[in-house]
Amino acid sequence: MTSFLAQVDKITPPEIAYAAVAPILIVLGAACVSVLLEAFLPKHQRWTAQLLLSLITIVGAGGSLIYVAVGEVVPPQGQVTLSGTVAVDKPAVFLWATLLVLSFGAILLIADRSVEPGGSFVAQAAIRPGTVQDRAQAAKTGMQTEVFPLTLFALGGMMVFVAANDLLTMFIALEVLSLPLYLMCGLARRRRLLSQEAAVKYFLLGAFASAFFLYGLALLYGYAGSVKLTDIANATGGTNRSDTLLFAGFGLLVVGLLFKASVGPFHAWTPDVYQGAPTPVTAFMAACTKVAAFGGILRVLTIAFQHTQWEWRGVLWGVAIVSMVIGAVLGLTQTDVKRMIAYSSVAHAGFLLIGSIALSPSGLSGTMFYLLAYGFTTIAAFGVVSLVRNSDGEATHLSQWAGLAKRSPVVAGVFTFLLLALAGIPLTSGFIGKFVVFTAAIDAGMTPLVVIALVASAVAAFFYLRVIVLMYFSEPAADGPTVSVPGAFTTIAITLGAAVTLVLGLWPTFVLDWAGAGAFIF
Amino acid sequence: MSSVLIALLLVPLVGALVVSLPFLRRDDAKAKLVALAFSVVELVLAVLLWIAYEPGGERLQLTSGVDWIAAFGVHLSFGIDGIALVMIAVIAVLIPLVIGAGWAEKLPSGRSAGGYLGLILLQEAITVAVFAATDVFLFYVLFEVMLIPMYFLIGGYGGARRQYAAVKFFLYSFLGGLIMLASAIGCYILAQDKIGKGTFDWATLVTVVRDADSTTQIWLFLGFFLAFAIKAPLVPFHTWLPDAAAEAPIGVTVIVVGILDKVGTFGMLRYNLPMFPEASKQLAPLVLVLAVAGVLYGSLLATGQRDMKRFLAYVSIAHFGFIALGIFSFTSQAGVGSVSYMLNHSISTGMLILVIGMVIARGGSTSIADYGGMSKVAPLLAGMLLLSGLTTLSLPGTNSFVSEFLVLLGSFPTRPVYTIIATVGMVLAALYVLWLYQRVMTGPLRGDALLATGGPGATADPSTVSMDLNKREIAVLAPLVALVLLLGFYPQPVLDVVTPSVGATLTEVGVTDPVQEGK
Repeated sequence: MTSFLAQVDKITPPEIAYAAVAPILIVLGAACVSVLLEAFLPKHQRWTAQLLLSLITIVGAGGSLIYVAVGEVVPPQGQVTLSGTVAVDKPAVFLWATLLVLSFGAILLIADRSVEPGGSFVAQAAIRPGTVQDRAQAAKTGMQTEVFPLTLFALGGMMVFVAANDLLTMFIALEVLSLPLYLMCGLARRRRLLSQEAAVKYFLLGAFASAFFLYGLALLYGYAGSVKLTDIANATGGTNRSDTLLFAGFGLLVVGLLFKASVGPFHAWTPDVYQGAPTPVTAFMAACTKVAAFGGILRVLTIAFQHTQWEWRGVLWGVAIVSMVIGAVLGLTQTDVKRMIAYSSVAHAGFLLIGSIALSPSGLSGTMFYLLAYGFTTIAAFGVVSLVRNSDGEATHLSQWAGLAKRSPVVAGVFTFLLLALAGIPLTSGFIGKFVVFTAAIDAGMTPLVVIALVASAVAAFFYLRVIVLMYFSEPAADGPTVSVPGAFTTIAITLGAAVTLVLGLWPTFVLDWAGAGAFIF
Repeated sequence: MSSVLIALLLVPLVGALVVSLPFLRRDDAKAKLVALAFSVVELVLAVLLWIAYEPGGERLQLTSGVDWIAAFGVHLSFGIDGIALVMIAVIAVLIPLVIGAGWAEKLPSGRSAGGYLGLILLQEAITVAVFAATDVFLFYVLFEVMLIPMYFLIGGYGGARRQYAAVKFFLYSFLGGLIMLASAIGCYILAQDKIGKGTFDWATLVTVVRDADSTTQIWLFLGFFLAFAIKAPLVPFHTWLPDAAAEAPIGVTVIVVGILDKVGTFGMLRYNLPMFPEASKQLAPLVLVLAVAGVLYGSLLATGQRDMKRFLAYVSIAHFGFIALGIFSFTSQAGVGSVSYMLNHSISTGMLILVIGMVIARGGSTSIADYGGMSKVAPLLAGMLLLSGLTTLSLPGTNSFVSEFLVLLGSFPTRPVYTIIATVGMVLAALYVLWLYQRVMTGPLRGDALLATGGPGATADPSTVSMDLNKREIAVLAPLVALVLLLGFYPQPVLDVVTPSVGATLTEVGVTDPVQEGK
């Protein structure tokens, strides 16, 4: 017994830099509290409590993040902690901040009850929307609130994902962020079949992608004998190990990541899920999942596969081209505004991939700036989409948007601005994002890819313009949708998104400097 | 004195904001007055700018600038050379006239004059800024932003196929601009490699990029050139212009043809030639072929048009061929001719468009076949159409003659074949202008609108019913007539301003063709 205890003493627990990982701990801890609130609070108090908890959590995590960023507790270039599984470096801090502010906006959209009485989420499958029972329930319970803990868990997963320094941590984070999202997609109050179909589709394809990721991870472990990104990088630096294992593993791993980032040709779930999911959830997914997935891609490519870039870069060139072409061309044929934004996100994923494979400091900072800019624009855009409604809920068919500018010039004006930002017109953050990414890419010798990207941008501009044409230059349909007067939450979310889009278009220096403050550490 | 230039940029911007205020949107009459007032202030400022500019002084004058995006060496910097000065001046002249000409225009239902004029003033502000920008990034930004008000002007206030025209206009220019962006980034990267720090400052980039090897130069040149060839437009990148010109309201057509298109030729002079001298020389034959093709193609299609507004577009395409010919002949005479052509084209084509707009306002149709014998009921209008037509075909004594003559004279020594072919365009110009005049103004009175008021079947006596110009229209056209004749007989002030800048541009290309003294 004593000899056994003596052995136990030798196992030293890993050192944990609590201050550095405090933002993650706060978010995940609050998610657990949120589950308890859901279990023990009476129904009518839950909405207020959950909303307050979520917002306070994000503000608190943001506060501790500022402490990490400027305080003395973490070395300036960053810190690897939890026995090397989590790296809290400058890019991680930037991406955490991006995730926190974006999910703040998304939670405001999720919490809104003024646009749709009872919120966008279904309470009970047997009650049809718009019926007496539905209204009675909406009045009684306010809103179904499982979505709040789910959002917090997903957010926590995303934060771990962008900071994960080994592939196993990354995989667990991937699951923590994905599982709540699958559920959230199926919660829509209206058009439930579409919503449930979206959830099932997302789950099945997502499970596939996770399996790919895991298989790739296993092969890479076989190759390098470790799941740590650094060890993989060291292993690639000239050995007689099997290249087959390396590239098969790399390929499978990257497929899993590209799936999450909805990069074409791994985008097939995107339009259906964007369309089917409740719009606030779509906003959350579109903005935050993109940030997390590209954060992961950036870290994996930069740290683990920098030395082998000449082998795989050509393949990712092709993937980026396919993604941009699919997004731009298929976007042209869409008649549903949510699907249109989904294809636009596929095209944007192609642009982001260009920045990610530049593998230079400017590529890293450019891609991260792009993620932040794109996230805000998207949240605001989905906020506007949630406002245009008829008696069946949101009027997402494009023909219903005809003449919207005559009825509600402000909403149409804001949406036009957001579309111009998505198209990358100067004086919006979308343009600066494209500019920094393309500059980095040309600097890295990818001029042909940039030219293709520019042509794709011009093609994609057509479908954004088409919506503007519809809103401004077409006569409104007689039975067209009305624009709901947004409540305070949606108004704040849209204003925040549009204002950031404008400010980053005019004065991007501050954020650019911050995004370029430092590199990954390992 | 650089404050004059800043004021020139800000006045129309403020004007646009004021005119769009809700209380002016409800009161069309007041909105028009306010917009006119702002555009006249702008004109006064432009006169001050002309006085402040010293011909033969610094390459860029009245400069001012602040950092914008320090990380990328991007500045908000403005300044003018003689070429930009001339273009800014012509904008300031045309906008008040456009506002005056559109005074009685009926806007589509539900649209207010405040919104329309606000967009026009915004367009003015951005266009002035495009000509004044001395940072390549800033130029690109303004080049693209310039499309947005025009997109809404065509799409919101245009004719039956306005949506198609607006989107086509936007996409063509946007694509060109994006390709230019790739080239601009390429220049930035070159600067980064050569001087260690990337910048978009035009003057710095010129010194860096001009020494690049010729393959790099050719690619970068093509990026810029495509954008400008679409904008100018040169055949075969021109197809957006007839649609845009035909669908836009008449005042907007003046802005598209008279002002926006000049950004293209201005860009060639300011960016293509000085930044890529080697590529300019190598690719000049290509550009000249497009230019001469434009002259012939535009002239022939103008002759065959049945729609007056599309006619205007093709006339312009022909003229832009002449301008490009002059620019890429690399002689100072031809260069000066081209720049003064840019000015004179704005004045004479602007006048032609406004007069044709007045014809259309009376006849209620843009089809030439709906008119005939109009000089009987509107003699003054007929005279104006003749005068504006004659200046368009470059009759000696009108302003365009000076510039067209200079272009041909200057191009002949270096590019005789192209020049001879282009001269055919002058003959065709006489054909299309005079034939248009003949069909619309002479012969028996035709067309429903005309017959109703002055025809033999009408109740009123033709001698008492007049469809002639009213006082407002006379006031709009009078300054243009004055300019046409003044610059036709005494072009020296313009040439004095333009010549040193063109000389400097050619020196940057490395062509030794000293500007002749005492010309």
